Amino acid sequence: MLTDSMRTVYERPLTLTPALTHYCPGCTHGVIHRLVAEVLDELNVREQTIGVASVGCSVFAYNYFDCDFCEAAHGRAPAMATGVKRVHPDKIVFTYQGDGDLASIGAAEIIHAATRGENITVIFVNNGVYGMTGGQMAPTTLPGMKTTSSQGGRDVETMGYPIRMSELLATLDGASYIVRRSAHDPGHINQTKKAIKTAFQTQQRQMGFALVEILSSCPVNWNMTPVDALCHIKEKMIPYFPLGDFKVAESVKLLKG
Amino acid sequence: MSVGNPKSWMPVKTLTLKGNLSMDANSAARKLELWKGNEAIAEAAVRAGLEAYFGYPITPQTELLEYLSTRLPTLKKRDGGNRVFLQAESELAAINMVYGAAVAGARTMTSSSSPGFSLMQEGLSYIAASQAPCVLVDVMRGGPGLGNLAPTQADYFQLTKGGGHGDYHPIVLAPATVQEAVDLTYNAFDLAEKYRAIVIIAIDGNIGQMMEPVAMPPMRAIEKRDRGWELTGARNRPRRINTSLFLQPHELEHMNRVLSEQDAAVRANETRCVEQFTDDAELIVVAFGSAARIAQTAVKQARARGLRVGLFRPVSLYPFPEDRLTELATRARQFLVVEMNAGQMVQDVRLAVDRAAGAARYPGYAGGALNWSWTPRPTVQFFGTMGGLTPMPDEILERIEKYMPVLPLSETMIERAALDIAYTN
Repeated sequence: MLTDSMRTVYERPLTLTPALTHYCPGCTHGVIHRLVAEVLDELNVREQTIGVASVGCSVFAYNYFDCDFCEAAHGRAPAMATGVKRVHPDKIVFTYQGDGDLASIGAAEIIHAATRGENITVIFVNNGVYGMTGGQMAPTTLPGMKTTSSQGGRDVETMGYPIRMSELLATLDGASYIVRRSAHDPGHINQTKKAIKTAFQTQQRQMGFALVEILSSCPVNWNMTPVDALCHIKEKMIPYFPLGDFKVAESVKLLKG
Repeated sequence: MSVGNPKSWMPVKTLTLKGNLSMDANSAARKLELWKGNEAIAEAAVRAGLEAYFGYPITPQTELLEYLSTRLPTLKKRDGGNRVFLQAESELAAINMVYGAAVAGARTMTSSSSPGFSLMQEGLSYIAASQAPCVLVDVMRGGPGLGNLAPTQADYFQLTKGGGHGDYHPIVLAPATVQEAVDLTYNAFDLAEKYRAIVIIAIDGNIGQMMEPVAMPPMRAIEKRDRGWELTGARNRPRRINTSLFLQPHELEHMNRVLSEQDAAVRANETRCVEQFTDDAELIVVAFGSAARIAQTAVKQARARGLRVGLFRPVSLYPFPEDRLTELATRARQFLVVEMNAGQMVQDVRLAVDRAAGAARYPGYAGGALNWSWTPRPTVQFFGTMGGLTPMPDEILERIEKYMPVLPLSETMIERAALDIAYTN
């Protein structure tokens, strides 16, 4: 029997659809989707938001967010979002991209959207591997890490080094808010949510380009259990991709209070 | 059997300009101004209600981008905000910005030249699948590779056959004058929105860089509208999704069928061509765009020499005016295709002409006697210049004289043919 002392402490955010996701067990995409949806709910902007999905595991993001959505070509989400935002400057426009999409094939588009100070929000999910195509080496794959296209481990002599996108983008004058967070434990997930909220508020107040990079797990393609994968983020990824705020414009600092 | 006068077996119907062009009627009433082709197209787009332009510099189309960079931001779009001009970091980005603006419901456009247009093919395939209406201008230049800046028509295949991956065809319009470029551009946005399709204005540097007197169409008001598909935020309505991804084969099959139906409607309604002197022509020159302007001079010179020569100018390269060409092929005996490329449209002309074979019998000359039962189909000859060379009228005239049927049709010969047939039967 329902009593006065009973209250809802957990429910599906309005901005999430009831659809079951296609993500693998242990993948943190689902957690990150939820964080974005919670923020859109809290800012009460679901009805004015247009999302841009990318190519990769998050290609079906539009099935899970209950707001207008379009699907970009591989790597081109920041360009497509620019087109949407420029004709609807009063709407909230965000892209949701993986590391293959953003840091490899779409490197030019993200750099130029950032340097233009495009007033959009970018959710950048970095799991260091091409998930959807079955675990090939990504621009963010750690040195020595085995993937299906670097089976002896990533040899930096021939395959080059991982790219740290947040640090790179933070050098651009046009970028207003560039931070890296992680989704490997509840504490970090809470910090991630705060950063996502700041990134959307940055756009809401027309303060320019905001990007939140989130270290994410891929147990299937890393060949690990979900728990081991979370430990891998903490022990292996964070040392190479340190968490932190790489660019916070003065206006955005005021926003955070 | 009755053979009669050759004119009796000519179809009576003469197709001229079809569709919403009416350029002469409107032009006469308006003031003529001197405009450069690229800038005139830009201004026509502005007057048609262009809300957002995204582009990247490339010769010989750059004036179009430069013109819009100062013109568009001074004007309002439908929500009261300023119209958008944005110089993208690449043609890849430009076409994807157009993609975004188009799914968001804006009248949007980009322009480029051949190498840049190649880069846009990825985006065009996605845009076609997403049924996002938009307008593009390709000011063709020499290729392949970096080629040169001089005018050519070598993008014909890339423009008319799809260009990107998958089954789709943009509507491709090829004006031959600056005025026609203005009129086609002015109507291109309506056409794109009617079919939710891509419309490409295909010109070359001859038209893009040339200055001609133009009657500009009036400025159109931009109306607020919701056609049920644009992404504007899910306020008081269910969310909308625009995607080109259909993982289930039956869903993708369905999407392709929708595109095919749209394509069939385009083919049925949007074919445009212009003819001169085709009524009695024994040889018909087929050319589009600036090549057709030069061919027209050659055709007039040939007429002055008493040769029965006509000009057929496809204005819509896609849909190609194949039905009318097939009709003409039942009586013309020779076709000469003139293009500024190695021979691309000539393939579509051959298909149309070959369709006519069997549909009619041609008078021919074999073994010293004219007869009706043995005759090859009309032949299709080709003359092309590449590398940015523009064909000269005397070069075309030389080919016309070379390919004119050896024995021009005459009343006497028709009668002789009839007698021959009667005798052999």
